[in-house]
Amino acid sequence: MKAATTQRQRIQTLSFSLLTLVTALVVLLIFSLLIYIFWQGASAISAEFLFGFPTDGMRAGGILPAIVGTLYLTLGTAIFSVPLGLGAAIYLAEYAPENTWTRLIRIAITNLSGIPSVVYGLFGLGLFVLFLNFGTSILAGALTLSIMTLPVIISTAEEALRAVPQSFRVVSISLGGTRWQTIRKIVLPQALPGIMTGVILGLERAAGETAPILFTVAAFFLPRLPTSPMDATMALPYHLFVISTQVPGMKLEIQFGTALVLLVFVLSMNLVASLVRARARKRRQW
Amino acid sequence: MDKIIIEGLSVNYSDGTESLREINLRIPANQITVLFGPAGGGKSTLLRTLNRLNDLADVQHAQGRVLLDGVDIMAKQADVLGLRRKVGMVFARPVVLPFSIRRNVLFGLELAGERDPQILAQTLQESLRQAVLWDEVKDRLDDPAFALSGGQQQRLCLARSLAQHPEIILLDEPTSGLDPISTSKVESSLQQLKQDYTIVLVPHSVQQAARTADLAAFFLQGELVEVAPGEAMFTNPRDKRTRDYIEGRFG
Amino acid sequence: MADNELIKSNGNSNHSARLADALITPVIKFSGYSAILFVGMIFYFLWSEGFAALREVPLSVLFSQRWYPIEAYYGILPLIGGSLLVTLGAAIFAVPIGLSTAIYISEIAPDWMRGLLKPIIEILGGLPSVVLGFLGILVLSPFLRQGLNLPTGLTALAGSLLLGLIAVPTIVSIAEDALDAVPASYRDAALALGANRWQTIWRVTLPAARSGVLTAVMLGVGRSIGETMTVMMVTGNAAVMPSGLRALLEPVRTMTATIAAEMGEVAKGSTHYQVLFFIGIILFLISLVVNVTASLLIYRKTKRSERILS
Repeated sequence: MKAATTQRQRIQTLSFSLLTLVTALVVLLIFSLLIYIFWQGASAISAEFLFGFPTDGMRAGGILPAIVGTLYLTLGTAIFSVPLGLGAAIYLAEYAPENTWTRLIRIAITNLSGIPSVVYGLFGLGLFVLFLNFGTSILAGALTLSIMTLPVIISTAEEALRAVPQSFRVVSISLGGTRWQTIRKIVLPQALPGIMTGVILGLERAAGETAPILFTVAAFFLPRLPTSPMDATMALPYHLFVISTQVPGMKLEIQFGTALVLLVFVLSMNLVASLVRARARKRRQW
Repeated sequence: MDKIIIEGLSVNYSDGTESLREINLRIPANQITVLFGPAGGGKSTLLRTLNRLNDLADVQHAQGRVLLDGVDIMAKQADVLGLRRKVGMVFARPVVLPFSIRRNVLFGLELAGERDPQILAQTLQESLRQAVLWDEVKDRLDDPAFALSGGQQQRLCLARSLAQHPEIILLDEPTSGLDPISTSKVESSLQQLKQDYTIVLVPHSVQQAARTADLAAFFLQGELVEVAPGEAMFTNPRDKRTRDYIEGRFG
Repeated sequence: MADNELIKSNGNSNHSARLADALITPVIKFSGYSAILFVGMIFYFLWSEGFAALREVPLSVLFSQRWYPIEAYYGILPLIGGSLLVTLGAAIFAVPIGLSTAIYISEIAPDWMRGLLKPIIEILGGLPSVVLGFLGILVLSPFLRQGLNLPTGLTALAGSLLLGLIAVPTIVSIAEDALDAVPASYRDAALALGANRWQTIWRVTLPAARSGVLTAVMLGVGRSIGETMTVMMVTGNAAVMPSGLRALLEPVRTMTATIAAEMGEVAKGSTHYQVLFFIGIILFLISLVVNVTASLLIYRKTKRSERILS
């Protein structure tokens, strides 16, 4: 009996060590990636790099148009996807009955969340660039990215709305409130931190995506800032792709610098989302 | 004078359970009417019909008429929002909104769009006094309501209902989670309140029913078995089932 | 009296609240149904451009093994093969690693560490794929080339490794949630019967979280199939039908990379263009099957018979 127990203990120790090792390696890998990029790219960061325009066929100078382009795209994505996504989440959490139509909606959302980003690019090309004739533009790119971001926003927002206790709603109704008053005055404000976290994470992904913007907005070399939503623009992810694969003689430093800027952009959004989540947890009264 | 006249009310839920069967009941104004009986009797369902809160649940079928001051509130064109302002409700577990004490009490007025600061201040104090809570919270009206104790929260909920100047107050086992002192505070405030309001109460014990009822109605499995004035009901009930329940032979 | 004034103002603003409610409700309903609208639109646009490919290109050619569009060879099998190979490789890496990490976080790590690990894994999940592809070109593929003595490091293996890395956060977060959701009573019962912690995890907790873990794997794999930039940058982009395990060490091309790489150069409406859309349809259908199956796995029917008010 004792021998069997010792053997089982040995298996446990072995397995636990293995799992710990694997996890440690994963964490180590993540940190190494981040540190490597910071280390190699930090030297490229300067005011000229961040605020200047590319010169010498993008081999020198700055990446301002790419930074600005990504900012505009992220903003545009927010403008379209947040109201629509939030509306859909409110519908699912507060209005939708448990019937086949609602199941269809959920299946559609699951479907949207799994579609490859390059297929979104094709769709954006087909609908926004060609059919609606927006051309290669920030508008087309933002709309494409918005549809791609919808499922993330809808699912996190719905979860946040559902987390608000049902009893609050019942009280509001019993006092003579309409459904919208209940949502506006109680449910939404209480669910807001969760919703914001979801929105920020969704936008973070949109900012880092390349494939959807390949055919819808991205310009190879456009050394001036976009002036209208109908303009094409450079964007950080696409720029990184281009300079690391299409431009011969590209200085490593600049490539890493671009990767670093993109990384910082994306990670800071991640950080903000985590902070929002943590603060909400502390202040929650229920 | 009857405030509410219930005629032939039957309510079924969508999962087939029958909750109320052909209820006929007259609820007098300015009295405490108590609906008592074992669990599943339909008392809560009846209460929730009176402010149409049942609309939120899976009600499949509701028949009959409920006349409030002569107007049928079950009719299709009935003004449900207005009804809910006339009929206030206090729930078994105190449900306090995640706001300040002040905003909690005045929330009904906020929903109705009342903005006059004088009216708001006046109503705030009046309601809290009527709920026997004013002295305990008057110095911390902007504190979060969650900071209050269970008994205080329940009185806050009562104040919240009173702030709307309803005509009827429904209470569904309002003292079930409360200690005896808070319970007696609530019961004594009800005695004060009945001068201005019509009160319908589902008690959490037969003793509470006996203490508070002006009129008592005994419900058993969806059926209204017996109605009698409070004293008569609890000293000499006529129906055998009522007697068995009151004497504790089942429950 | 003040009471009467109160009741009067009640009546007035009742109108504006009711009006707002009546106006907002259809807007919200439309937002809810918009998801169906978008899926339909996406499929429609893919189909309208891609279906023509079936007419232009005979099926025998379409499903042949030669992809050389310049000379009108539109065999998509090598592309499908490339995607499958890279995804399979990614799964082989990601599933054990992802599940191990998930088990560690959920069952072994102390609470304070769990709070640190989850955000760290989330960071990995948020990394743009182009950054990983970038590192793949500069670090991974030279490493593979030198370490395994290959003519080039841009191979299916490089793609699999990176895709595996991308899939790990998805697998970890969903599997960890599933493991976390297993009721404590299960674990307690096993421990009370004398099992040690590992036996409890292996024989009780993990099987109980079976459907969630399966979902995690499916969604992780689904993410791999759909990945574009990383594979485009590191798999070498040679549209050759992979054969045998050695194909891992050779360049391949995935469906996603093909679309991304060639779309910019095709003439609108040309056969090449239509075939690329056709590939898009295939990708769409694959993701549809994977994701809907995964969601049906975790779908549990909860009847709304509990009355809201009780």
